[in-house]
Amino acid sequence: MEPATRLDNNHELTLKDFPYIVRWRDDRCKRCGRCTAVCPMFAIEPAVIVQRVLRSEGSLPEPKAVRRVVTIIKQSTDIGKYCTGCATCSLVCPNDAIEPEYNPRHKFIFHKNKGGHPYRRGGRRNSPGLSTLDRLRFTRISMLTDPALDAGRHEFRIRTYLGRVLPAEELPLKVADGKLELDRKSGKFIPPVREIYPVMIGSMSIGALSPNMWEGLAMGVTYLNEVEGMPVVMCSGEGGMPRRLLKSRFIKYFIPQIASGYFGWDEIVRAIPEMIEDPCAIEIKYGQGAKPGDGGLLMAHKVLKLIAEIRGVPMGVDLPSPPTHQTKYSIEEAVAKMIQSMYMAWGFRVPVYPKISGSRTAKAVLNNLVRNPYAAALSIDGDDGGTGAAYNVSMDSMGHPIASNLRECYLDLVAQGKQNELPLIAAGGAGKRGNLAANAAALFMLGASAVSIGKYIMQAAAGCFGDEYNRCNVCNLGRCPRGITTQDPRLYRRLDPDVVAERVVEVFKSLDVELKKIFAPMGRSTELPIGMSDGISADDPAIAERLKISYVC
Amino acid sequence: MCRLVAITSDEYFSPVENILALETMKEGHDGSGMGLILKGLGGEFEELKDYPILSGICSREGINKLDSYMDMEGFRLKYAWTPKTRHVRGIRARDYYFARVYDYPDVYRDRSFEDKEALLLRARIRLRNLGRDDESIIVFSFYPDIITLKEVGDPLQLGTFFGLDKSPLRAKIIFAQGRQNTNYAINLYACHPFFIQGYGTMTNGENTAFIPIREFLSSRGFQGYIGYNSDSEVFCHILHYICKRLGYPLFYYKDVITPLNEAEISQRPDSEAVRFLKMSLRPLCIDGPNCVIGFTPDGTCFMVQDAKKLRPGVVGGVKGKYGLMSEECGLDSAIPHRDKSRDIFPMKYDMVIVRPGAGEVEIWNQLHG
Repeated sequence: MEPATRLDNNHELTLKDFPYIVRWRDDRCKRCGRCTAVCPMFAIEPAVIVQRVLRSEGSLPEPKAVRRVVTIIKQSTDIGKYCTGCATCSLVCPNDAIEPEYNPRHKFIFHKNKGGHPYRRGGRRNSPGLSTLDRLRFTRISMLTDPALDAGRHEFRIRTYLGRVLPAEELPLKVADGKLELDRKSGKFIPPVREIYPVMIGSMSIGALSPNMWEGLAMGVTYLNEVEGMPVVMCSGEGGMPRRLLKSRFIKYFIPQIASGYFGWDEIVRAIPEMIEDPCAIEIKYGQGAKPGDGGLLMAHKVLKLIAEIRGVPMGVDLPSPPTHQTKYSIEEAVAKMIQSMYMAWGFRVPVYPKISGSRTAKAVLNNLVRNPYAAALSIDGDDGGTGAAYNVSMDSMGHPIASNLRECYLDLVAQGKQNELPLIAAGGAGKRGNLAANAAALFMLGASAVSIGKYIMQAAAGCFGDEYNRCNVCNLGRCPRGITTQDPRLYRRLDPDVVAERVVEVFKSLDVELKKIFAPMGRSTELPIGMSDGISADDPAIAERLKISYVC
Repeated sequence: MCRLVAITSDEYFSPVENILALETMKEGHDGSGMGLILKGLGGEFEELKDYPILSGICSREGINKLDSYMDMEGFRLKYAWTPKTRHVRGIRARDYYFARVYDYPDVYRDRSFEDKEALLLRARIRLRNLGRDDESIIVFSFYPDIITLKEVGDPLQLGTFFGLDKSPLRAKIIFAQGRQNTNYAINLYACHPFFIQGYGTMTNGENTAFIPIREFLSSRGFQGYIGYNSDSEVFCHILHYICKRLGYPLFYYKDVITPLNEAEISQRPDSEAVRFLKMSLRPLCIDGPNCVIGFTPDGTCFMVQDAKKLRPGVVGGVKGKYGLMSEECGLDSAIPHRDKSRDIFPMKYDMVIVRPGAGEVEIWNQLHG
């Protein structure tokens, strides 16, 4: 016989199905309500329940059952209000009364497709294990036969070149009076080349990032250049740049990006006549490692006044960037023309390079660019790269890891003798587990001329909660609890741009020391050890074989 | 650390002087091999300066292969020299050590020297490949006015083994290196000094940037950039690439292997060019610890240090005879009656140069260009 209240709660989820279960302690909670106020997902809410309590008040035990009405913090079992594990509740709780706990046996992705909408999120591939980069060790240690260098005493030059480097045979040089001099009558086009710090901040747009976050990064980068003498550069991401920055002398530290939506480029092109400095370079985005072959979308609710102004669009409309450039019909013509057009815009004084997602087709792209004398570099974004918004399936299952993709491309350049002509920029997963210096150094030794970071700097400079256990990762919703990826002033005012800038400076200064601590014992200091593959080893024979490096155990 | 002894003189002298200087510098085990290059040859070779000399070692089978190849190419043997080897305990004698003078094939008689050089290089590589698998042929150099001798063993014992103390073999420039025990099981091709088309070098120290440099040189499309059994062979090929292939003056060798920083470059009168070299030849930057001693086809000898000056090196002598060595005691052995106060210890920016005839020492400073 069935009771009056039905007990079959089918078609409801249990807390066990959720990736994070909120542990709330009644005895510590003072019911201030801060946790429920900050929860970006409304995953917890105040609730009222009736409790049956046994009490005994006299000197002898005389227990009585008492029913009382109490307020509690209740976790929702609505899949739309899942706890992301961001732990903003813990951050604001004065009494340590609440924290989310990861539930490794959750069934979240079985259910996160209500209305037929696949799960979308921000962040990067949810793969918490060791990446290939983390399985590489620096094993060629200089000792006795060749003294290790001193990271604190010797001169270190941790710099790289961004731009097409002419082979020595093609340099317009002539010998006069026993000295080499530039032959100005040769008429030879000398591509522009920048000397930069080899770790750069990759493309994250104003729009994807909050104004405070972007400003903090920009200020940090500028400080590093102007005060610390470290030529760190930063890519704008698609969506333009503030006009006052475009017209300032600081634009030389930035790389405006043009992508398939061309957002922001009306404003950039209009600003060209008023620019007093050239940008560092121009990046043409053809792909992104986190969501290869997929486009972008800035949701209407993120397109507020500032974004609309910078991007040159009306407020409150969805801004889709197509998966591919609509003008791109062939790499031989359309891409070449696009590269040349961007060169022409700045009088051939600014390097222009494409960025692609890691792919087995990367070598084909590379070989085309090798034969295009205007291509200034190739940036390859591996599948551990981050994004502000993408389908979960794209992030988790699509793309190519950076290590073997980069290595293959570098060795292809070596086979052609072009390894110093077209710099390879590696991105996608550097510093995934916090080991930025080690990952970056390994990428240099596999053949990268520079390394681009995104997610790492968000985590290190602004405390982004996201991780590979799908913690937080709600960048796409505009509800970033840290104020990093939101356009909601109530959220981004939590983020102090000055603190972000200070952290950017700290991160790069510390990175610089760590890179020296890697290079010095390996006997390298004057030039970046690009392609110094005898310096690294893998702890897995298959990885070692694939990357053509040694295996150690 | 290897011992380096280069002596340049306006008079012919015996390689025994180099070997004795090596012996003076010896500390510990020096038996991993010795290499000798003689340039500006005297004695029986003085009249044969226009003809290429093939230096190497063959087994009994190898010499037949070598002869048939040289015949096939049209080279005609003019003169053959072999050291009068003696049994020395600890040195494994090979069948046939030689320096053979050839006349060019008839079709090359009126060709340019560049064509002849290319032919000699091709022939040397072909011979090297012919003997690679069974070590039946080992060839070190094939070039006019150059003899190369190499073998594994203690330098002094090797001098006795080759009978150099009694040999009339003389030259005006002799480079010698004694290798230490970090490389005992060596291939003779790993033994310094290295030589290619008139350029020779020997080096102290490990080359930490070896792989990127090797990959860069190997991919220049020049068939002579092979080998690299030693990480130091690249120093010779860089010199050849800079001076011969690119045609740059010798000083730029220093700019390429130890590039200046931007602030320093901007002080140079040729800053534009130096900046381009730094970019375009970035993979050729060495990071030391290395002391490189080299010579060019005209007989100019030089010494340069890595940018941190991590190895010893000294240049000194008297007018008409100078030594470029890794340690001062070696110099004391070879040129004892010099003014020691004028010895030069090259530092990070210096290229010390002794022109043919050993009249004087020049110091070129990289900062000033």
